[in-house]
Amino acid sequence: MAKAAFKIWRGSSEGGEFVSYTTEISPGMVVLDAVLQIQGEQAGDLACRWNCKAGKCGSCSAEINGNPKLMCMTRMNTLPTDQPITVEPMKAFPLKKDLVTDVSWNYRVKEKIKKFKPRPPDAPDGTWRMMQEDIDRVQEFRKCIECFLCQDVCHVLRDHHKHEEFIGPRFLVYAAALEMHPLDTENRLRDLKDESNIGLCNITKCCTKVCPEGITITDNAIIPLKERVVGEFYDPITRFLNLFRKK
Amino acid sequence: MASVSLPIKRSFGETMRRGAWWTYPLFVFLGLSAFVLYSTWAAFQGAHYFYGGGGAHYLSPFYSPEIFGASPHAMFGVKPAWIPDWVPFSPAFLILWAPAGFRFTCYYYRGAYYKAFWADPPSCAVGEPRETYWGERSFPLILQNVHRYFLYLALIFLIFLAHDAWKAFWFDDGFGIGVGTLVLTANVFFLGGYTFSCHSLRHLIGGNCDELSKLPIRHKAYGCVSYLNRRHMIWAWASLFVVGFSDIYVRLCSMGVWTDWRFF
Repeated sequence: MAKAAFKIWRGSSEGGEFVSYTTEISPGMVVLDAVLQIQGEQAGDLACRWNCKAGKCGSCSAEINGNPKLMCMTRMNTLPTDQPITVEPMKAFPLKKDLVTDVSWNYRVKEKIKKFKPRPPDAPDGTWRMMQEDIDRVQEFRKCIECFLCQDVCHVLRDHHKHEEFIGPRFLVYAAALEMHPLDTENRLRDLKDESNIGLCNITKCCTKVCPEGITITDNAIIPLKERVVGEFYDPITRFLNLFRKK
Repeated sequence: MASVSLPIKRSFGETMRRGAWWTYPLFVFLGLSAFVLYSTWAAFQGAHYFYGGGGAHYLSPFYSPEIFGASPHAMFGVKPAWIPDWVPFSPAFLILWAPAGFRFTCYYYRGAYYKAFWADPPSCAVGEPRETYWGERSFPLILQNVHRYFLYLALIFLIFLAHDAWKAFWFDDGFGIGVGTLVLTANVFFLGGYTFSCHSLRHLIGGNCDELSKLPIRHKAYGCVSYLNRRHMIWAWASLFVVGFSDIYVRLCSMGVWTDWRFF
């Protein structure tokens, strides 16, 4: 049976190092299988978060050969084995142990975003009517599994550590899903400009590239929100026309 | 067991990524640099920007619309007397800032040149050279928000370029098609694709509305722009190449280096 060499990050926020392992690889294995095999056979104390092993829980986010990926969705036969495969924790969040990071910052950010505020019900029975074509656009954003790979690769968080100022691509997608919802009446644009600092995004599209759900984060969520912010705060013509629009 | 240290913040260019991650930013750097250098040089020439040989009426897109100039395409005649002689003048100076601004503030190009020219970041998951970062929320990059105004100008320019392409079909002896006709028509096609796939246009035409089903015409238009927008990068590069080649073609024909081959 074929063998593959790994370098897996071992350590905590205090420090650590890459540790080399070699394990047997069988057809159909994904990186998570190999990591769990190493955990079972060679490193019982290796910390690794996982749950569904189907690309739906978003738990096993890591950096494989430097690329933010889900370990459970990265097949071994897609990786070159001429060099050891590196597996590291995400870089945008505090490290707990080995491959496990503390992603609780994301949940605190999410709580700050204004919640869904629907218009009054359309029917006497308290229900609403909306067209499928109007909801199609935000349906894409509902695919997010909150793996936070987009947050990890975003250089505003990863390299500049602007966690206090910037909410990151995941929550711009979340805000877009609410802001573009046909029933929603809340206005989040000032918050997006001043609190979430959408202007910090310089649209490098790294978030889109790493999204395991294939959400077109930059083009369909961030840029449309940026355009709405431009219309609300920077474009005098749109601001003038908005005076005559029905709220 | 071999081991290496994991840096907390990675230094410039440092990454665990394998392969040539630097090829795309390098391509962008070389491609945009070449275009900026050539277009600046061409704008300063102020000559050989139209071709009338063989009864043709070809005008370089770098000089269209020609507000003041020496060619038969000039809208208001030659350079006006109130422009002092010591001021460098070229018909391109009067107009080239508009398409340049459209491209400079384009969402695709912004992401591309921030990486290629400013290394912010050099590529995804690659270490950066600077600690400081302002993004597009403060001066000067907050000015990128002017993009939609450059879009309005680009749409007007497209009308002029379409008119130039139409004129390229009409030779002194009547209707005809030369290689230049095809080049200038292709230029309008690709610039049209680039302009109509613009993110700002997508927003203005329907993206700013949450219930497009109530606005069927805008809904249809939004669908069309969204379809083009998915390939905005391709349109951006194709149109950049074709507009540059259009100038080269007209210039070399005008200089007598190339001969415009006429189909009929």
